[in-house]
Amino acid sequence: MVTVAHYVGLSFVLFTIGVVGVLIRRNLLTVLMSIELILNAVNINLVAFARQLGDLTGHVFVVFVIAVAAGEAAIGLAIVVSLYRLKSTVSLDDASEMKG
Amino acid sequence: MDVSLALFWAFAAVAVAGAVGVIVMRQPVHSALFLLLTFLAVAVLFVVAHAEFVAAVQVLVYAGGIMVLFLYTIMLVNVRRQAGEPYLHRQAGVALGVGLLLLAVVGGVVLGDARRLADAHAAAPAARLTEVVGSGVAAGNSQAVGWLLYREYLLPFEIASVLLLVAMIGAVVLGKRTMEKFD
Repeated sequence: MVTVAHYVGLSFVLFTIGVVGVLIRRNLLTVLMSIELILNAVNINLVAFARQLGDLTGHVFVVFVIAVAAGEAAIGLAIVVSLYRLKSTVSLDDASEMKG
Repeated sequence: MDVSLALFWAFAAVAVAGAVGVIVMRQPVHSALFLLLTFLAVAVLFVVAHAEFVAAVQVLVYAGGIMVLFLYTIMLVNVRRQAGEPYLHRQAGVALGVGLLLLAVVGGVVLGDARRLADAHAAAPAARLTEVVGSGVAAGNSQAVGWLLYREYLLPFEIASVLLLVAMIGAVVLGKRTMEKFD
């Protein structure tokens, strides 16, 4: 029997992999992909608790999270493209103008 | 071991392997393909959790839309990288340690709570995820989610559509302006 604990465990593993990805990669594209992993981990949690409680509200929230993730990906990738046009690189180490 | 548990472990392993692939692959296009693998495995796990509509949206929006967006950007941003250049940040070791610590501490607490919840209450009958809320009418999962979305959550739904419009306009503006300014 798959319980809510299975899903929460998987969700947390994916979340941690996403956080580590954001921290260790120098490529902005891969950092954005790691953020998508984090959002997906949240969706797993919402679906798991919807299943446990028999409440469909969790599914509705997943739809909203996916909509926000789509907007985030569109803006994030537009920033990647304009950064590349400006500096011919997508390495985060080279985008340090606002570093104090 | 019943079928759903076997499916869960199989596709959870695929999802975690794909996620690890995303963060260790050197080329962004390889990372993107591993991300696709993770999205599809998670969609299967949604089906196991009786979330058929969400699984379909996951495949259409994530594996379809967002993945195409990523691949297009990788194509536009053709990075010619020197072979010896490090692709990991120099804080990678520390970050990995902090990540494992996060996994152990927070994961242990959250997983313990979820275990207690699962032990104390059996999961609600799966039929409740396919019935129209408040009426007891059995329908499909998609119909039930749609009913809730357009009755209870109509305003957030409209706000989400405005958000997507703003994101679209923002992406167009960001993609266009820098060209004229710096050429």
